[in-house]
Amino acid sequence: MEPGFLVVQALSGLASASSLFVIASGLTLVFGVTRIVNFAHGSFYMLGAYMAVTIVPWLLEFDRSPWLFFIGVLASAAVVGLLGVAMELLLLRRIYKVPELFQLLATFGVVLMVQDAVLKIWGPVDIAGPRAPGLRHGVYILDQRFPAYELFLIFVGPVVLGLLWLLMHRTRFGILIRAATRDREMVGALGVNQALLFTGTLFLGAFLAGLGGALQIPRVSASGQMDISIITEVFVVTVIGGMGSVTGAFLAALLIGQLQAFGVLIFPKITLVLVFLLMAAVLVVKPWGLLGRPEAAAGRAALPEGILHPAPFDHVGRLIALLAVAAVLVLPLFGDAYVMKVVTEVLVFALAAFSLNFLVGNGGIVSFGHAAYFGLGAYAAGLLVTRLGLPMEPALLAAPIAGGAFAALFGFFVVRLSGIYLAMLTLAFAQIAYAVCFQWVEVTGGDNGVVGVWPSAWASSRHVYLYLVAACSIGAILALRHVLYAPFGATLRAARDSEQRADAIGVDVRTHRWLGFTLAGAAAGLAGGLYAFSKGSIDPTLLSIPMSVDFLAMILLGGIQTVMGPLLGAAAFHAIKDAVMPLTDYWRFLLGAAIIALVLIFPRGLGGAYAALRARA
Amino acid sequence: MAEAMLEVEGLKAGYGPAEVLFGVGLVLRKGEVAALMGRNGAGKSTTLKAIMGLLPPRGGRVRFNGRDITGLPPFRIARLGLGYVPEERRIFTDLTVAENLEVGRRPAPGGRAAWTPERLFAIFPNLAEMRHRRAAAMSGGEQQMLTIARTLMGNPQAVLLDEPSEGLAPVIVEQMAEAVLRMKVEGIAVLLSEQNLDFAAAVSDRAYVIEKGDIRYQGTMEALEADDHVREAYLTV
Repeated sequence: MEPGFLVVQALSGLASASSLFVIASGLTLVFGVTRIVNFAHGSFYMLGAYMAVTIVPWLLEFDRSPWLFFIGVLASAAVVGLLGVAMELLLLRRIYKVPELFQLLATFGVVLMVQDAVLKIWGPVDIAGPRAPGLRHGVYILDQRFPAYELFLIFVGPVVLGLLWLLMHRTRFGILIRAATRDREMVGALGVNQALLFTGTLFLGAFLAGLGGALQIPRVSASGQMDISIITEVFVVTVIGGMGSVTGAFLAALLIGQLQAFGVLIFPKITLVLVFLLMAAVLVVKPWGLLGRPEAAAGRAALPEGILHPAPFDHVGRLIALLAVAAVLVLPLFGDAYVMKVVTEVLVFALAAFSLNFLVGNGGIVSFGHAAYFGLGAYAAGLLVTRLGLPMEPALLAAPIAGGAFAALFGFFVVRLSGIYLAMLTLAFAQIAYAVCFQWVEVTGGDNGVVGVWPSAWASSRHVYLYLVAACSIGAILALRHVLYAPFGATLRAARDSEQRADAIGVDVRTHRWLGFTLAGAAAGLAGGLYAFSKGSIDPTLLSIPMSVDFLAMILLGGIQTVMGPLLGAAAFHAIKDAVMPLTDYWRFLLGAAIIALVLIFPRGLGGAYAALRARA
Repeated sequence: MAEAMLEVEGLKAGYGPAEVLFGVGLVLRKGEVAALMGRNGAGKSTTLKAIMGLLPPRGGRVRFNGRDITGLPPFRIARLGLGYVPEERRIFTDLTVAENLEVGRRPAPGGRAAWTPERLFAIFPNLAEMRHRRAAAMSGGEQQMLTIARTLMGNPQAVLLDEPSEGLAPVIVEQMAEAVLRMKVEGIAVLLSEQNLDFAAAVSDRAYVIEKGDIRYQGTMEALEADDHVREAYLTV
């Protein structure tokens, strides 16, 4: 390879590192002070781009000057900063004390609402932005042409780093932010109004995300998919750098920029995978990231209240369970095709949700990527049937094996972490799986997936398949429930409540968690396999973030501190989704609003509300 | 008798299902140093946290300068002129000494000279030499000095001082005693929680003894020192 080519490749790596850092610095600052991992940071980035493609061309009508271009970019960022303020005042302020799982979900609710709002305001078509006046030419570096705007971007990152350093060390606001990052309660006891500090931080964080988005418009069109694609990259940057560390984010962005620039030459198909592998490798060596510090006890968010007393079925409970099973069994005699489809899917999701709550509610392992194991099970079954021509039975057997095997592989790393880092790593692994299914087109069919995943002839009628799903799903749920009541389940709860004390009485916490993670992955894999045959197809949405969020919404709705609540949650969530989705163009907006409402007013879920009622009676 | 500055009546507080305070009542008067004595777990730190609003009171009343401050957020209470020095020091380890002081800075109430880093460095000379050092690189005694200096930067009229002598070398304990007496000279009322009778006796005018979340004794420091029965029942380990 020519040296000129390598230099240009390195420079473009620096340019993307610079952009990535500007966005990531905002996320890491907000996390440092508020301890909230803000999913909506990607939405702020997208809004920055949309604001800029609206404001900048309007300004350039007056005069095509570079100054107006940059004024437009800064104005866009400022508008986004104000949206960050609105989010702090309306939402974040109410959830600083709730467990981090709920915070993540609530900010993801904002992501969903913004997606539909953007669609409504700017329409579904990508919008190309104007090129920057004065920076439209190319410069020649060792005979290779390199865009001047990219060169300019390379300088933006260090300039922002320098300005942030000055802000953090030379102003009272910055000193207070750094103090609050260590111990925000003490900052309050010294007379600082934390509410103002948090609002200010959100402005700064959203401003930086908006700036990152607005600066992209000469390079990429504003589109409705920008939010999710950037947020996972930015999560990776902040986690590798150490959450809360601006300098760490800068180093991590440099690493990732170069990894992507050169990785694409060597492994063009799996650049995404490379990035996530880097993250997994860093976290294994440095569990708090390059420059991060272990969480101070005072700043640590509480775990969600999990399953406390797993009572065996009482008479009422047993009666309800028997009635539910009986209803499923007689349903095919009366129900139409639509009802049977819904019930089949509810059974599938009930198993997936139950297996997730086995981790979250029982084990305190907040997995944000449970769809990975569901999806991998579906892909294993689907690919065996369509690519190798195997019948349904061995394919259905392969689904839990695939889910369990990948859960064992990923879980080996996951159980080494805790809290928000654990959630981020599960998310990252899910995104690796998603990226492979999305990018490995020859095998997985890429975005379109694979069709023709049909059951064997004997199970091809809706009735029989419903019975098959019911048998597998209820059987697996009962088996998992048995594990939950067995000493193994109690040990997981002990480790959840106090890792140190469990350790001190001789429990091998890591191994127990690893086994639990694997078991839950296998159950989710089985659910995925059953789902693939009920739909007749597989595609990457099965292991996407929204699918993981659906599962989390189900257990949240059902109540994570109950054993059987997740089943109720799955049924309610899926039935409502299936009934409401066709009626509205703004399903995501409604779902987002519903998730936020759930976190704000109903944090114990349906099952929790029932348990509270029973306790009162 | 000087007029009451901080009045606590029937204060109740706890953590989760555990009740810790069962109606604590005490008074801190203008310009005095009062000690809240008791064994580990008696409720000393919990009392100070509940007064400061760091732990929401579950009952009772707290008045400061005649104003009801029960249940106000800590920053409001701090701004009214009540300072708090936590037991675990809780200095900002990533910040320098000067930056730690900056976090504590609040304007002085009308007419009084504000504390400045220079005035504080005159009282705590060790801090002056390390003003640009990161707080993480300080000894325990130096960190304890810094927490007091940081709270004084807020120009409080009264200070809640939680276990100031705990875990410190004897020579540092002496410096702490001097610091408390210096606050008194400056007209700042101090309510300190303490297990160390010698330390409390050296600096305090009056004493309260707390046991199982209730005030069991109150009187002058001299009277407590003379009362073998109370000392043995509630203080000796």
